[in-house]
Amino acid sequence: MNWYDFLLRYHGEILERSAEHIVLVAASMAIALAIGLPLGIALVRRRTLQRWVLGAANVVQTIPSLALFGFLIPVPWIGGVGASTAIVALALYALLPILRNTCTGIAGVDPSVIESARGMGMTPRQVLWQVQLPLAAPVMLAGIRVATVISIGVTTIAAAIGAGGLGVFIFRGVAMVNNQVILAGAIPAALLAIVADLGLGIVQRSLANR
Amino acid sequence: MAKSDAEARHGFALECRAVSFRLPSGAALVSDLNLKIEYGETLVLLGRSGSGKTTTLKLINRLLEPTEGEIFITGRPGSAWDPIELRRGIGYVIQDAGLFPHWSVERNVALVPELERWPEDRIRTRVREMLELVGLPPPQFAARRPSELSGGQKQRVGVARALAADPPILLMDEPFGALDPVTRADLQKEFRALALRLHKTIVFVTHDLREALYLGTRIALLAEGRLVGTYAPEEFLKAPETEARAFAASLHTGAGAEDA
Repeated sequence: MNWYDFLLRYHGEILERSAEHIVLVAASMAIALAIGLPLGIALVRRRTLQRWVLGAANVVQTIPSLALFGFLIPVPWIGGVGASTAIVALALYALLPILRNTCTGIAGVDPSVIESARGMGMTPRQVLWQVQLPLAAPVMLAGIRVATVISIGVTTIAAAIGAGGLGVFIFRGVAMVNNQVILAGAIPAALLAIVADLGLGIVQRSLANR
Repeated sequence: MAKSDAEARHGFALECRAVSFRLPSGAALVSDLNLKIEYGETLVLLGRSGSGKTTTLKLINRLLEPTEGEIFITGRPGSAWDPIELRRGIGYVIQDAGLFPHWSVERNVALVPELERWPEDRIRTRVREMLELVGLPPPQFAARRPSELSGGQKQRVGVARALAADPPILLMDEPFGALDPVTRADLQKEFRALALRLHKTIVFVTHDLREALYLGTRIALLAEGRLVGTYAPEEFLKAPETEARAFAASLHTGAGAEDA
């Protein structure tokens, strides 16, 4: 089948799978941010705990994604076959870069700036919101950017546990030994990753140049 | 800041009574410090690196808490102050200026008035006054970022920021220490004139005897966390104590600021 006929036949499904893909990434990133940002901020002053939490997140990161999806299936409440299991696994993957960059970003703020902020009578909350977070924002956003790109890639594997997304084409193409079908999943997934990377890169630079 | 306590004005702006600060390891950074600072004087804390000058400053605005003794600020014990309220009434200038790099010069200077919720137009007027006062014309400098300033200009902004809410007390931790000698001399000269005009109580930390003699109305010499003595500038060079003589000798080697 040439590409013209292929697209004529599959463009509906490509769009549908892309939408599924984006929903999976967005949902897992939302969870990872909701946990990672406050946790990272809470860990800034707790050095020992920070080492343990980052260590744990590191271990999660080393589990092969297919295995992690598999491990989660028998877990009650969050497990089972389908999108919700995939979202939990993807959120776990995205957690490490977000946590790590939140911690290092805040720790990297010039101590003399913090000292003068405190010395001038800012409350700890004001120091956090008006000084530490704005100055750490570019580093934190770099973590979010890495997490998003990883997430878009790993989501292709979520199709293996019936979560849908562009991975459906890839697994089907592998089974059919049909490169065209594989590329119908792989190319849009790559494009999504590139667009997300460029978009967040622009936001990151604009934060750094404020 | 001085509240209603009438007795406060009759006493001292700052008074350290038997103040010590020990690290959890037991090492004492400040030991049994007794020091009275009058309203309106510029007291210079002079000492080598590690003599406890900066620690003393941080004990005054409660960035550190004394492990023994008590510091009275305008007659009221430090422990009775809310630390946030206390710090807003004490200007603080440090060596690297510590300006917020993500804020304009104007917003940096407006910091404490904004924390204190002054009305908008009063803040704007005050910021302009302060920038004029430290020799940075607002039209040229108000909108700049700290990264667009020279070292000397940053310190000027630091001084303007510390003075913005008109605190009666000013703490300065080697504010001119990182500047080149020419810029430093300029700022010292201007600051001396400013201090004479403003009648603030100033505690000024330095390891540069020349600076201490030039700016101080009184010099408190610290060594290894202990007070060696307090001197009028004109009597310092004749003081018999070993540490005082070591500093006096440094004048003639040309080392001056770089004893550390």
